[in-house]
Amino acid sequence: MHTVKPTDPEAQAKGADMQPMPLRPSRPRLNGRWAGYTHLLLARMRELKREPEVIFWVFVFPLLLALGLGIAFRNKPADVAPVAVVSGPGAQHALELLQASPQHAAIHADMLTDAQALKGFRVGKYALVIEPKADGSFQYRYDPARPESVLALDQIDDALQTAAGRRNALTTAAKISSEPGARYIDFLIPGLLGMNVMNAAMWGIGFALVEMRQRKLLKRYLATPMRRSDFLLALTSSRLVLMLVEVGLLLGFGVLVFHMRVLGSLASILLVGTVGALSFAGIGLLTACRAEKIESVSGLINLVMLPMWVFSGVFFSYERFPAVVQPFIKALPLTALNDALRATILEGAPLTAQGGRILIMAIWGGISFILALRWFRWV
Amino acid sequence: MPAIECRGLRKTYDGKVEAVRGLDLEIQPGECFGLLGPNGAGKTTTIEILEGLLAPTAGQVTLLGRTWQKHARDLRELLGISLQETRFSEKLSVRETLDLFASFYRHPRAAAEIMQELELTEKADSWVGKLSGGQKQRLAVATALVGNPQILFLDEPTTGLDPQSRRQLWEIVRGFQRRGGTVLLTTHYMDEAERLCDRIAIVDHGQIIAQGTPAQLIARLGGHHVVEFATSAGDGANNQELWRMLPGVDSVHEDDGMLLLNVREPHQTIPALLAAVENQGAQLVHLTTRQASLEDVFVHLTGRHLRED
Repeated sequence: MHTVKPTDPEAQAKGADMQPMPLRPSRPRLNGRWAGYTHLLLARMRELKREPEVIFWVFVFPLLLALGLGIAFRNKPADVAPVAVVSGPGAQHALELLQASPQHAAIHADMLTDAQALKGFRVGKYALVIEPKADGSFQYRYDPARPESVLALDQIDDALQTAAGRRNALTTAAKISSEPGARYIDFLIPGLLGMNVMNAAMWGIGFALVEMRQRKLLKRYLATPMRRSDFLLALTSSRLVLMLVEVGLLLGFGVLVFHMRVLGSLASILLVGTVGALSFAGIGLLTACRAEKIESVSGLINLVMLPMWVFSGVFFSYERFPAVVQPFIKALPLTALNDALRATILEGAPLTAQGGRILIMAIWGGISFILALRWFRWV
Repeated sequence: MPAIECRGLRKTYDGKVEAVRGLDLEIQPGECFGLLGPNGAGKTTTIEILEGLLAPTAGQVTLLGRTWQKHARDLRELLGISLQETRFSEKLSVRETLDLFASFYRHPRAAAEIMQELELTEKADSWVGKLSGGQKQRLAVATALVGNPQILFLDEPTTGLDPQSRRQLWEIVRGFQRRGGTVLLTTHYMDEAERLCDRIAIVDHGQIIAQGTPAQLIARLGGHHVVEFATSAGDGANNQELWRMLPGVDSVHEDDGMLLLNVREPHQTIPALLAAVENQGAQLVHLTTRQASLEDVFVHLTGRHLRED
């Protein structure tokens, strides 16, 4: 046995006033099977809670986005079309016709001189200029590059023609549809939820893992009896906890602020969210399985997420893309998640109708998880 | 049964770089053993193979009679490891970090007890990110001790620490040893190896070039004293044989313009040295004598210094 060497008086003095250390721990503890998992999850949740950026990006940012976009694209009453009528013979007739038309409430007409009318049109005060001609006809001045000008052209022409006695060859009817459930905010909130599940998993698992690898913390964990599966499970569970909070927050926000109607049951929404979160946890794990530097994994994460931001119908419907690419878009996990969330939340579709989408997410997650475990680099 | 035993350890990276080239060790229970060598000598590779974090290209490792192939999980329960560099989660407190590590072991020690032992109690609720270098290093050792290990592996535990923090860590290592624990540490600090270790292996280019107690190694120099001098002639290096013939001199070498004599009896050597210099018609421009250290052993064995920076 080694003792304090006499050549080191300082250490000897220090050793003397140190309390004797116990040979055995004073309170021998016995850890159960899940002690490691519980502590890992607890530690992860504490870390997230203490990271203000995480709170902002995960919880505040989606709400701000929903609020901003919800207000910007709120359903307004149809705009009144402002038109200028150039004074002269026939101008009065034009005004009378407009007044008599069924669309009169949606049209605001001013009679002005030629110069005033043109100036008003140029600065955007008027969408269209009506120039009555000597022969009793009307000439429209419009700008094909300005959507409101194009709309006004159709609207005014229709109004004048109808007031002058045109008969429609076909009977048609239009029905107003701006019920909750069909508005942009209703479309947006499930999309934001899906995007958030993806972001949270990619950053919260992918990025976090590479950071721990770079800090040699993964290697340090490996040097303990910690079960590797517990570690990965805890990381995934922390994302599920966040997902639960996020669903409550975004849906609650939609209901309270935008009077959104949630038709599906909370249980089925959470189940779809869980499948999505697990699927992206697998993809996040795969993205992070080899990278040694956080710079390189950041690039990879963006590479994985960018196509889905664009194609998977977060902010607008993917139906706008050509039919050829539709099957590929529908095979993306975020598309499946967004579609499933929308169907469940907005239409109250039963889970049995979501089998295909859930399968797509399960396949992405499952294959990623298996590959990630095979290629994973702990040290 | 040795606590740590390895035979014919080899590690080749990418089929080319030979980091460890045939290394044998036998460390007894209760011993504090030091691997001493310059950066890049293969110390970290060796210790990480023993820790089961790296697979050797060839060779056997046995710890407490167990092998990594058969008893990995058992061994993890019995070892405490501090890596050369670990940055723990900055936003967890000291207590939370220790509780986390304790939760991985079947029979851990209480975090409070470890903190008291390592003088971390007053930092128990501080975030790891706010700790000083010395405190962080003590936390690293604390996470190694919390599993109540039988063997403690420390890879350069005091690199970059101030003298006081270093002494504090030495005391922790001695405390662990007093309770019957076995310690294997790597260092490139001579004084650390001399003061802390019962036995030392000097490692260079992936091989052990000398092994023994600090006293034995120094004794291998022949002389326990070093006489260091320079003359106005400045051609000392050309007559090494002349200095070698002086009474009491065991060996001679040159280092950075100085001549170093390893001598047994300085009181015999120095008058003869003065006379020899005078005979040459030269003058001494520098003369010191000191106790030989492990640094001298290393220079003697390799012709290089341990820390060439």
